Amino acid sequence: MLILFAVACIGVLIEAFVGRAVRNIVQLTVGILGLVGALIAIVKRAADVTADNAITAAGAVSVDKPALFLQGAIVLLAIVALLLIGERTLENGGPFVAQAAITVGSEADQRQAKDEPGATEVFPLAIFAVAGMLLFVSANDLLTMFIALEVFSLPLYLLCALARRRRLISQEAAMKYFLLGAYASAFFLFGIALVYGFAGGVTFAEIDSALLGSTKNTGLVYAGLALLAIGLLFKAAAAPFHVWTPDVYQGAPTSITAFMAACTKVAAFGGLLRVLYVAFERAQWPYVPVLGAIAVLTMLVGAVLAVTQTDIKRLLAYSSIANAGYLLVGVLGGGQDGLSSTMFYLAAYGFAVIAGFAVITLVRDADGEATHLSRWAGLGRRSPFFAGIFTFVLFAFAGIPLTSLFAAKFAVFGAAITGGQTWLAIAGVITSMILAFPYLRVVVMMWLSEPGESTPSVSVPGGLTAAALMIGVVLTLVLGVAPQPLLNLASEAANFIR
Amino acid sequence: MKYLSIVTIAPFVGALIVAMVPRSKGSLAKLIALIWSLAILAWTVAAWVAYKPSGARLQLVESYPWIAEWGVRFTFGVDGIALVMLALTAVLTPLVVLASWDDAKRTNRSEPAYFALILALQGSMIGTFTAADVFLFYVFFELMLVPMYFLIGSYGDGQKQRQYAAVKFFLYSLVGGLLMLAAVIGLWVAGGHNFDWQTLTSAEFSQSTERWLFLGFFMAFAIKAPFFPFHTWLPDAGGAAPAGAAALLVGVMDKVGTFGILRYCLPLFPNASKYFAPLAITLALVGIVYAALLAVGQNDLKRLVSYTSIAHFGFIGIGIFAFTTPAGSGAVLYMVNHGLATGLLFLVVGMLVTRRGSALVSDFGGAGKLVPVLAGVFFIAGLASLALPGLAPFVSEFLVLVGVFSVNKVVAVIATAGIVLAAAYVLWMIQRTTQGTTNPALAEIGAMRKDLTLREAAVVTPLIVLLLVLGFYPKPVLDVINPAVQATLTQDLGTTDPAPKVSTVEANK
Repeated sequence: MLILFAVACIGVLIEAFVGRAVRNIVQLTVGILGLVGALIAIVKRAADVTADNAITAAGAVSVDKPALFLQGAIVLLAIVALLLIGERTLENGGPFVAQAAITVGSEADQRQAKDEPGATEVFPLAIFAVAGMLLFVSANDLLTMFIALEVFSLPLYLLCALARRRRLISQEAAMKYFLLGAYASAFFLFGIALVYGFAGGVTFAEIDSALLGSTKNTGLVYAGLALLAIGLLFKAAAAPFHVWTPDVYQGAPTSITAFMAACTKVAAFGGLLRVLYVAFERAQWPYVPVLGAIAVLTMLVGAVLAVTQTDIKRLLAYSSIANAGYLLVGVLGGGQDGLSSTMFYLAAYGFAVIAGFAVITLVRDADGEATHLSRWAGLGRRSPFFAGIFTFVLFAFAGIPLTSLFAAKFAVFGAAITGGQTWLAIAGVITSMILAFPYLRVVVMMWLSEPGESTPSVSVPGGLTAAALMIGVVLTLVLGVAPQPLLNLASEAANFIR
Repeated sequence: MKYLSIVTIAPFVGALIVAMVPRSKGSLAKLIALIWSLAILAWTVAAWVAYKPSGARLQLVESYPWIAEWGVRFTFGVDGIALVMLALTAVLTPLVVLASWDDAKRTNRSEPAYFALILALQGSMIGTFTAADVFLFYVFFELMLVPMYFLIGSYGDGQKQRQYAAVKFFLYSLVGGLLMLAAVIGLWVAGGHNFDWQTLTSAEFSQSTERWLFLGFFMAFAIKAPFFPFHTWLPDAGGAAPAGAAALLVGVMDKVGTFGILRYCLPLFPNASKYFAPLAITLALVGIVYAALLAVGQNDLKRLVSYTSIAHFGFIGIGIFAFTTPAGSGAVLYMVNHGLATGLLFLVVGMLVTRRGSALVSDFGGAGKLVPVLAGVFFIAGLASLALPGLAPFVSEFLVLVGVFSVNKVVAVIATAGIVLAAAYVLWMIQRTTQGTTNPALAEIGAMRKDLTLREAAVVTPLIVLLLVLGFYPKPVLDVINPAVQATLTQDLGTTDPAPKVSTVEANK
């Protein structure tokens, strides 16, 4: 984590001193090296973590096994996402705008859209975001968590605004994300205040012991928890705090969307798990029905609205909302099963979703990416290989066996039934049925329709996108066929230290 | 010897090999697919020889570790019921490959892909029969959808029609599959985090748990089979699918539904099975009469044949839920015979439709004068479908009715009415297509003057021979089926036969 903050700072310096021509490659290399270094540090730390040495930094950070697992997942996903972000061969100058401040549509804007190389600030921004996420999942008190939340959110708001094409909707997305995100942060902060009022402290251990021993009015703590949950559920894109998702996913540059869909999801649920399992475990029975209702609502909203989408990025956005619902089912499963299944789901979903968005970056025409569904008609004929890969990813989303998400769904529903929440598993099954329809519609479009005049071609991917795509697809397959190692790892890691 | 793992995995390997053949070398792909499927047939025969009808309930068992975390293993093993279904699949696939020799070419789509899909379909179907681990079974059960979806959607008839049919097929099946998934997870939790079929058969569940789990499995199988009222996807799918794929769809894939009921619903949830039996029998009966009536009214040959098999599945359903040995054995035998008879019927219809370029009954008429041999084969296939004595389906239908009659006369009588209707739709279909004055439009089509080719003869001959042999001498198959059915009924359900045993029925005939 510290490595990454350092790397991000180096990134800023590079931005200032390295020449434009080589900046992209230097930034990418430094970013990836930093992430790999962080990964090595995480793996090394995982070897000798004990109950005694887990809590560090004056009690502000808890580097326990779930934290390390989630951090590892975030870093791995970030490496793959960074490959996508670093791709510059698909489009002249890359997918990012050179100077976001230039007025949209002006002459200068058109000139820069045509040939100026894209901004490279994206790399330090993304690394800052990743570092914030790592802190978020390992925070041991609410204030650290809040700071981490801001550290990883602010770069994301900026990243959303940097699309080279369709800059207006990109900026609109960023604005929307920022405003709603700021509200969510405010709720979170207010929640902290209420909980502090109840427990007299903000560390998770203090809250836990306050819940155990206190005879004070519990209304305060539930109100606080509710407000905290709003902040967290907003980041996780759970209904009814999901409304930003489709717009932001659609507006942001696709590689950033992939980054958000994979890494932010892990971070948000990592934080949620920590708050619920570490701080509020003893308050379980009152909040489970409420969160259960939210989970069902989230799955329903995601699945039903996905059916009506005509833009592939929006479709995946709604699908990610529904997946947030499935993750909540795992979270509510409770106990070790709930924790390990949720973590497994997060990793599996992250890789699948990166692969999905990687394909979207490839399907393009003269105006950039062709995201409208009707344009995908007959893609299977034009480029059977990529259509095949995308079909595989969609089948994974639909939960067909031998894909990672089938294993993941099995795990979370199993955890829910074991935890006595059978109704959530049933709701999950029903929404899965609904959700299968939009995926299938895309498959039908690609394979069973004749290619039209406007069917775009699939660009031959540059090495970076190809690598990201392959890592995503291969892991989706491997985690589906042989989920054992990761499941082991997840259940071994499923033990919070308070 | 590793019979079952090889016979399950080989088709997938074959599919990969065939898929890698470049598109321009279509004939090579066909040849590989044919040889490959014949090799699988040979291996299946070897497995049949190694199987001992009087031996243990599950034989040829193999088990390998898979996902230890959940107690999932690659466990293969067959009882008599699974063995005959495996054999049916192995017999039908090479014939389907041979029958669809030119089908893919006509659609202007990749030929190697077509045959790779057929092999992948074969592999996943075999997997559902050979799996002795509930999770493994579920995986194959869902996997089966994917190749069939593309077979219907990419190679079927008519752009709109095939898209609609493929999506409808997939969604119906997926709904069933997900209901089963819920039940599979429930079974896993209630059964002590275990998936092994043999262990689970002796597990005890509370009454409500058992009923819910039964319903989860039963719904999936009822959709797959399909039983009334979950049948509406089949006429669309059967009507749109290319003839070869339709033969596999109705001949084998639908049997996975009834097989699943026999293999999973009855042994795992015996009390719930008894509780829900009246419901299942009612659905099956309605299916027999309702589908037969609809079949009479169909003008599309492939849809007509699809409706006939919905009616036939009704017979299998009442046979299973009558809980007597003759009915049970009859139902299993019917599954085999129906696969052969309807497979033949679909393939022959496919030959006719290819020649005519239309599947409408009204576009035919007097075809017998132009293609006498083909019309003759069509006639035999039709007679087999209506279960004429001497042809295999008769034996099974007879056994089912005898078995049902001994426990419930009303059901038997209503089901018999279905036989009368069967005679009506089959004979009427044959009369309107091959008899009477020749349709002038038909005579103008050059292809309609070409009678059965050597390749087509090679497709239909083995099926006709099998139908005749099993019609007169079903003993080898019944010997394999009977112990398995008896084990299901006595060990799992704890019922005893009120009627004479199958062996005496055999002797009386």
